[in-house]
Amino acid sequence: MSLSDVFSAARAESRAALVGYLPAGFPTVEGSKNHLRSMIESGCDLVEVGLPFSDPVMDGPTIQAAAEQALSAGFRVRDVFDVVASVADAGGRAVVMTYWNPVLRYGVDAFARDLAAAGGLGIITPDLVPDEAGDWMAASEAHGLDRIFLVAPSSTNDRIEMTANASSGFLYATAVMGVTGARDVVSSAAPELVARVREHTSIPVGVGLGVRSGAQAAEIAGFADGVIVGSAFVSAVAEGDGAVRALAADLAKGVRSAAATV
Amino acid sequence: MGQFTPTPHDPDARGHFGPWGGRFVPEALIAAVDELAAEYDKARIDPDFVNEFQRLLKDFAGRPSLLTEAPKFAEHAGTRVFLKREDLNHTGSHKINNVLGQALLTKRMGKKRVIAETGAGQHGVATATACALLGLDCVVYMGEVDTERQALNVARMRLLGAEVIPVKSGSRTLKDAINEALRDWVANVDETHYLLGTAAGPHPFPLLVRDFHRIIGIEARAQILEKAGRLPDAVVACVGGGSNAIGIFHGFIDDLDVRLVGVEPGGSGLDSGSHGATLTAGTPGSLHGAMSYVMQDEDGQITEAHSISAGLDYPGVGPEHSHLKDIGRAEYFPVTDAEAMEAFALLSRTEGIIPAIESSHALAGALKLGPSLGPDGLLVVNLSGRGDKDMDTAVKYFGLADGGQA
Repeated sequence: MSLSDVFSAARAESRAALVGYLPAGFPTVEGSKNHLRSMIESGCDLVEVGLPFSDPVMDGPTIQAAAEQALSAGFRVRDVFDVVASVADAGGRAVVMTYWNPVLRYGVDAFARDLAAAGGLGIITPDLVPDEAGDWMAASEAHGLDRIFLVAPSSTNDRIEMTANASSGFLYATAVMGVTGARDVVSSAAPELVARVREHTSIPVGVGLGVRSGAQAAEIAGFADGVIVGSAFVSAVAEGDGAVRALAADLAKGVRSAAATV
Repeated sequence: MGQFTPTPHDPDARGHFGPWGGRFVPEALIAAVDELAAEYDKARIDPDFVNEFQRLLKDFAGRPSLLTEAPKFAEHAGTRVFLKREDLNHTGSHKINNVLGQALLTKRMGKKRVIAETGAGQHGVATATACALLGLDCVVYMGEVDTERQALNVARMRLLGAEVIPVKSGSRTLKDAINEALRDWVANVDETHYLLGTAAGPHPFPLLVRDFHRIIGIEARAQILEKAGRLPDAVVACVGGGSNAIGIFHGFIDDLDVRLVGVEPGGSGLDSGSHGATLTAGTPGSLHGAMSYVMQDEDGQITEAHSISAGLDYPGVGPEHSHLKDIGRAEYFPVTDAEAMEAFALLSRTEGIIPAIESSHALAGALKLGPSLGPDGLLVVNLSGRGDKDMDTAVKYFGLADGGQA
């Protein structure tokens, strides 16, 4: 099953897809596998497996701390393939979300090859814009992976169109100007950004940054094709797997309660 | 040639110097770096901007800085040595050139808030100074470890009206201060300019920071021709991020007989693994928005740099230096903490000039290079800053408080 199938399946149920994020290796490699499987069993249509990085400039304190914990526990880049394979073996769908330097260091083509072999579907690249992505365009084509680039409220219409054309699977729209982290209210910039994206592309749009509750998920599901939740899952891990499952279930209910516009 | 004249060494339209540079930043920041690049393209050919910048350099920063011959220091180098005295600029280092330029750009863009990172505090103090002068709000991010090591500079910044925010994440040093400044910028980009302190980061920073510092090389070239009657055999500068080096190098970059020599922080020695010699011992990677040599482990995790000089303690380097190294136009080698401190003491004692520990790396490089040039040779060393800020380090290193002698 490809990423476009994930979004078509959700569309067929007149709802948005639920996308959950957790860093690989957090709190341990085995622990992250268990929690990611719980997220899928409790309603995530897709998981983003984060790759812990020493200098995460797009992340707020919650995900920074999780990445630091994973790295001090000895996380290695190759572990991410193990975690992705565990998700795929359990029947789940996974993409990797990673800053670009670890991929550069591993080798762009080698990373794509090993991710595809592990059953991963694509990569979300928070600090790689299509302008610099020549090697990744080639490697993703060669290994059949989807490219998920980001658009932001500050993106011009020209850049939205260019970025959408370079993307496959879905487009990641950041709901606010800022870093990752749970917020109390959904930004008003999000619906406006999604509306601008729709003028340029029919690719599914996932909205992330700041979502933590079923009610917020329902609100975003009213205008987007996917609801992306990260920091809230990281926080839930501290309370145990039951909290992770409960959060996924609450969010899954949220994406089903919206009056879908898609 | 003026300091804003385009050169054959400028990057391409997307900021690439050969395979280096570019923009490895979140999409959310692209609009801001595009705006900055467009504004700089207009400003660099606008006589009002250029005149105002030059007026501030002259009447506020105190330029041109002197070129001083250092004959007694030169006896130890075995060759003739001149010092480009950036230590005499207002705020005590070359950093003032760049902050005045970027602060003027901030005003042109109609932004009212400036953020900056700082390691030792030199760039933070310079930024706070320019913001006080030009009426801009100023927030400086500084690793918590550095705020403790450089408490006096924290006090200076606060006196100048800046807010200093200690950064508690990661290694709590310069690279984490840059991460935190980038996070602030993403969230507040509409009204905020990120006043980056070195010739690194995403395009157009490496280009415009270099251009603001080109005045160093332009002055030095004219001064050495006047004083020595010929071009030097080599120009020597320390390289952390590389802004003072790229500024002086550019005055001589088309003089192919002049060697351009960058001296890196060798810390406890390259074999110890405890150093910051990015160009000598690093590998290609992307950090803080550009492709360049970086210090990283085999997984691409950025490793911590170590140097007795806080201003050189950075695991990355400006992309143009990576390019100059690759094409062989510039050469780079490290000196250790001990060699730098020896040069620090030597210049103080022989010439009555206390250099910054950063600049002492360039002096140590000159001591290494000199013997091969011989008595007929001629070196220009960029004395990028003064050493007042380093007294605490010197007291500890030489035991000066216990009656010790350097």
